[in-house]
Amino acid sequence: MSDPVSTALAGARHVGYVTIEEAGPVGMITLRCRADVAPALAALNLPVPGQRRIVGAGARRVAWMSPDEWLILLPPADVARATAALTAALAGQPHLCADVSDARAVLHLHGPRVREVLAKACPVDLGRMTPGEMRRSRAGQIAAAFWLEDDRTATVLCYRSVARYAFDLFAMLARPGSEVGLFD
Amino acid sequence: MLMLTCPACGVTAEETEFAPGGEAHLTRQGPGSGEAAFEGYLFARKNPKGVHFERWRHAYGCGKWFHAARCTATLEVFGTYPMGSAPPPDLIARLQARRPDREGRA
Repeated sequence: MSDPVSTALAGARHVGYVTIEEAGPVGMITLRCRADVAPALAALNLPVPGQRRIVGAGARRVAWMSPDEWLILLPPADVARATAALTAALAGQPHLCADVSDARAVLHLHGPRVREVLAKACPVDLGRMTPGEMRRSRAGQIAAAFWLEDDRTATVLCYRSVARYAFDLFAMLARPGSEVGLFD
Repeated sequence: MLMLTCPACGVTAEETEFAPGGEAHLTRQGPGSGEAAFEGYLFARKNPKGVHFERWRHAYGCGKWFHAARCTATLEVFGTYPMGSAPPPDLIARLQARRPDREGRA
């Protein structure tokens, strides 16, 4: 196995009226299956999220991505074991279980106006969005998924190849002086 | 600007999150069909000014295809429903109420 690869933006950080920070390495597994995946996830002590929810805590989460797709977030060291366990648990079922850790970038947005900065980039009604909802949408010109941890903190996932675009976009939208006061 | 509700993930979003897929409920003409039928399958579209049944894909969201009924003139969306199913009765009822003069089903 290769050594852990550095993240897309090497932990870039920008302080505007919302702070944008690239997360450290995050382990991610895409699981696609039409059958019931609850037993396979239960074997890893992971719950099954409802429609458009992200459940779990800390570094171990499961997000609902589509009716037959889940994204599992884990500490990077656990990915290989979890992928093997899921593959074994779903043996005989048509499924896909792939380590996508290096294919994605993770950004943390933090600040009291985090909803506003997200609303500037994404065609989403952030006023109605509640913590724990996983929303796949677009940010500017790229596909992105995000959820709110609380009213001040959000996490954004995007493809690694467009990580710089996403970072620069949110950094620009959080420029001091460009506050709109949408959700104040 | 269209607002569509994806039946697969339940999100109501604006049209830039979706990708249009053209007319819905076409019958595929495969090997063994006549040339005229195949040409019609490939090229003949209703292209109405009025109620249109369409396919859309939630391209930036869950990635699933679904059906939508909307008016091409006013952009009013009458409803959406999953792939592989005919328009549900409540959608047809809503359509008839909004467009009593409408002819045919799709």
